Amino acid sequence: MTCREVTILNRAGIHARPAALIVQTANKFVSKIFLEKESTKINAKSIMGIITLGAAYKTQLTLSADGEDETDAVAAIAKLFDTRFEEE
Amino acid sequence: MNNITVLDLLDLDLKERDSLELKCIAGRPGLTREISAPDLNRPGLALGGFFDKFAYNRLQVFGRGETAFLDKLHEEGNVDTIHELFSYPIPCCIFSHSLKPHEEFIQNAEEAGCPVLQTTLATADFSSRLIRALDTVFAPQQVFHGVLVEVSGIGIMITGESGVGKSETALELIERGHRLICDDAVDVRCVSGNVVLGSALNKVTSHHMEIRGLGIINVAHLFGVGAIRDTKQVQLIVHLEDWDPEKEYDRLGSSDQSEEILGVHVPCLYIPVKPGRNISIIIEVAAMVERLKKMGYYSAKEFDENVLQWLESESARALYFQKEDIF
Repeated sequence: MTCREVTILNRAGIHARPAALIVQTANKFVSKIFLEKESTKINAKSIMGIITLGAAYKTQLTLSADGEDETDAVAAIAKLFDTRFEEE
Repeated sequence: MNNITVLDLLDLDLKERDSLELKCIAGRPGLTREISAPDLNRPGLALGGFFDKFAYNRLQVFGRGETAFLDKLHEEGNVDTIHELFSYPIPCCIFSHSLKPHEEFIQNAEEAGCPVLQTTLATADFSSRLIRALDTVFAPQQVFHGVLVEVSGIGIMITGESGVGKSETALELIERGHRLICDDAVDVRCVSGNVVLGSALNKVTSHHMEIRGLGIINVAHLFGVGAIRDTKQVQLIVHLEDWDPEKEYDRLGSSDQSEEILGVHVPCLYIPVKPGRNISIIIEVAAMVERLKKMGYYSAKEFDENVLQWLESESARALYFQKEDIF
């Protein structure tokens, strides 16, 4: 199990496009990947789930992965957050 | 949502027989006060001056009796207990029967920053509705990755790995006249200890689905309001999984498997997915089998009993008739 805190840096928050980006990246890995906001934990391989989190600008999320390629998965997804989903 | 404020209570979207008919008549700044206990208190004893074990953290409900007593206290100028009542951090005071408290009481509430609410309902009615509403809000909650659909009246949560075809199966069920509650993130709450209710985590995204190759679709717009529902009890869990030739799947249907969700046992099925197997029809039948079971009829058990009975009568016949006998 690998965990990392991520913060949403793009002003628009996680809307459809960033969600699709996260899901596409997550699906490249076999690990189970989750995003957690407060007490709500959802599967990072589902677009609707991620959008449902309602993660706005500056929200803190916990990214976690469990499986063979967990470190790579967390690194790849965290990179999306750090690069503001290639927005702005 | 385990911490709600009085404002959240006023904002709860409750309809018809659940509606609380509340409005705020004073102490608006106090609407941010938190409700920490899912219960109410009738403050009769406190108004009488007995503050031992006063349940100040509950919602204080004033019925006809309490309001009449308040008026009497104000007329007599005997207001010490009212001041003492407001010295406690009570979440709010609620008056039933559209009763309006004495002006002075409202002033005291404003000073203490305690919201005063009013409901048109009778006290008994209001109490039961309030307890029910708070019960749901404070219920243990968990989010599940799956799709919740209502099939022939049975709430079915379809779960499985991403890409196994949950949304596609649900879409086919909707197409066949069943209903969608929500896709992907199901907010499940355990109400009154033995019922698990599922609903969408978020109103904005509910009734939308993501279908690979199509993108996000709005089910309510595409299939009409008849194809959606806001909440439904989770009565059956269907796990979809890729066909595993090593694994033994249930062939008789006589083993009652169940899964525990928030302490409640919910019947569950494992359905292997393979090209050529129509999952939505299997789920439709599973729903009807579940309904029959609720009515006390078990197809598999009944079948087995019939076979046993038949075998028994056959062996009984064999005792009387010899093999050579010709009929």
